[in-house]
Amino acid sequence: MKILVGVKRVIDFNVRVQVKSDGSGVVKDGVKMSMNPFDEIAVEEALRIKEAGNAEEVIVATIGPKACQEQLRTALAMGADRAIHVQTDEEVQPLTGARIFKALADKEQPKIILLGKQAIDDDNNQTAQMLGALSHWPQATFASEVKIEGETATVIREVDAGLETLSVDLPAVISVDLRLNEPRYVKLPDIMKAKRKPLETMSIEDLGVEHVAEVKVLKTVAPAKRQAGIKVDSVAELVTALKEKGLI
Amino acid sequence: MSKVLVIAEHDGTNLNGSTARAVSCASDLGLDAIDVVVLAADGSAVAEQAAKISGVTNVLLVQNPANENAVAAFLAPQIEALAADYSHVLAPSTTFGKDLMPRVAAHLGRPQISDIMRVESSHVFDRPVYAGNAIATVEAPEGLVIGTVRTASYKAAANEGSASVETRSVEVTLPTHTRFVELASGGGGDRPDLQAASKVVSGGRGVGSEENFKHIYSLADKLGAGVGASRAAVDAGFIPNDHQVGQTGKIIAPDLYMAFGISGAIQHLAGIKDAGTIVAINKDADAPIFEVADYGLVADLFEVIEELEKAL
Ligand SMILES: Cc1cc2nc3c(=O)[nH]c(=O)nc-3n(C[C@H](O)[C@H](O)[C@H](O)COP(=O)(O)OP(=O)(O)OC[C@H]3O[C@@H](n4cnc5c(N)ncnc54)[C@H](O)[C@@H]3O)c2cc1C
Ligand SMILES: Cc1cc2nc3c(=O)[nH]c(=O)nc-3n(C[C@H](O)[C@H](O)[C@H](O)COP(=O)(O)OP(=O)(O)OC[C@H]3O[C@@H](n4cnc5c(N)ncnc54)[C@H](O)[C@@H]3O)c2cc1C
Repeated sequence: MKILVGVKRVIDFNVRVQVKSDGSGVVKDGVKMSMNPFDEIAVEEALRIKEAGNAEEVIVATIGPKACQEQLRTALAMGADRAIHVQTDEEVQPLTGARIFKALADKEQPKIILLGKQAIDDDNNQTAQMLGALSHWPQATFASEVKIEGETATVIREVDAGLETLSVDLPAVISVDLRLNEPRYVKLPDIMKAKRKPLETMSIEDLGVEHVAEVKVLKTVAPAKRQAGIKVDSVAELVTALKEKGLI
Repeated sequence: MSKVLVIAEHDGTNLNGSTARAVSCASDLGLDAIDVVVLAADGSAVAEQAAKISGVTNVLLVQNPANENAVAAFLAPQIEALAADYSHVLAPSTTFGKDLMPRVAAHLGRPQISDIMRVESSHVFDRPVYAGNAIATVEAPEGLVIGTVRTASYKAAANEGSASVETRSVEVTLPTHTRFVELASGGGGDRPDLQAASKVVSGGRGVGSEENFKHIYSLADKLGAGVGASRAAVDAGFIPNDHQVGQTGKIIAPDLYMAFGISGAIQHLAGIKDAGTIVAINKDADAPIFEVADYGLVADLFEVIEELEKAL
């Protein structure tokens, strides 16, 4: 059984994102880039499923420019077996991304596709669900626990009301939440080893995926800033202030 | 005629407050009609509640035993069958809507606009990106618009409507590949729902333990407030996941938000940007939470809670 995992290159979660003054987007030059934190968790989960004897191969895939290979190498160093780079310099939106993953799934025939619940740059939270729809596969989103038994997966999902458990037949798409696991640290020898692991490059056209009608970003601006308030010196002062505002 | 269809969120008995907020967003579109669809096993009580939301034209009630629990793979094909009559289909951007709507959109070959926070025109919307550190104005392509509504950006529509309720049968074959097993609720007890609460008391890693969280609960109960938490507090097992506030938890907009022992990471702040008044109690004067707090108090949180309880 194969597992396919999505790995997206995004601005590191520690960076304070700056919006460009001309409204054309955010500053990306010279900014630290990393693997989407949710995708690290997805890679880790795939490796654990394999280590438990429930899968033979973990394939990681990314869609994006040449530089994304850096994140593929990180995933290979974590322990993935091989990587696929769908190379494009254009912005890929979730519907196109899902179509690309569908084409990869048709080619590779994985039993499980693990994606992050959301990419922390665009925060769309769409790709896994769209892929589920296009493949007519079950979806189990926002997973905080995944159990594989034969041809089914039992998934605990973090939802607004608490924890929901779904049982789905494989093949299935699973999107992972933050509490699923803690990704392993990559050791230096693994980084060396990862350099020799197979990394295949292809284009969106090679996969026969056409661009669909997309969302146009007209402008990007900085959000309205909250006014910094005041420091109070005592609980009494705080209580007075809140009472004046009618809040307590 | 352009009409918008809003997907109701409910638990079989009660309509979730996020639905009336999504209806507010739908009103801003200024279209000819707003319909709400209730997909349920037995949904007449929920449909009656939806009919009271001001601005709603018709409530469609689609009953099917498969709708007992909100499983996206079952709900999506039914919504797709209804979508043909509409120019827009919206759902709240809660875990319910986030799970469901992209599945609907992809089947229909449409992109989705996630987390709509402002309607500029029928196809142009503002939405937050980068944990709310940037706001993008995006234009959906011509034709059907599928979107989720950032509920913290909208006040709930009033409760003075009298829409008609119409039972609809939707003939679609549902998949057999997914089974609902159970829902274990986090156990917020009788406290107000975090996303609807007008006051929220929140605790972070600084609270120190599950045991210590009783101080947070006790203050919340005194104030009639909901209880929130940072990711660090949830990860450490101090409190269940459904209390997490932030980029990957709940986005909330209470009138009063009180943060105890929370440092104010960007991912946490993403969840409270729309709060009316933010109060922060932290023993570190340099904690970033003070940059957004209306009232900051540098002090030990346990001492402050004790004094507050006495003062209230
Ligand atoms: C300011 C701005 C606003 C935008 N607004 C919209 C909008 O409203 N609607 C819209 O459709 N698009 C929008 N886009 C398009 C956007 O370019 C995203 O690149 C694209 O939507 C992917 O979204 P996401 O990564 O947030 O997807 P998500 O669905 O959040 O990603 C979830 C998971 O899918 C996988 N994945 C996604 N992309 C890749 C990839 N390239 N390689 C490998 N794995 C991947 C990863 O596992 C990831 O964790 C916007 C772009 C910008 C710059
Ligand atoms: C992809 C991603 C998504 C994330 N999503 C979220 C999210 O949705 N929500 C979220 O909250 N976080 C999220 N995080 C985590 C976030 O980055 C922070 O790690 C987290 O918010 C920190 O929680 P905290 O403030 O409770 O803990 P800390 O940062 O450890 O802060 C604890 C604070 O308590 C104070 N303190 C300690 N003892 C006392 C005392 N006795 N009295 C007063 N003050 C005291 C300390 O001074 C300190 O400021 C996310 C991170 C990533 C990478």
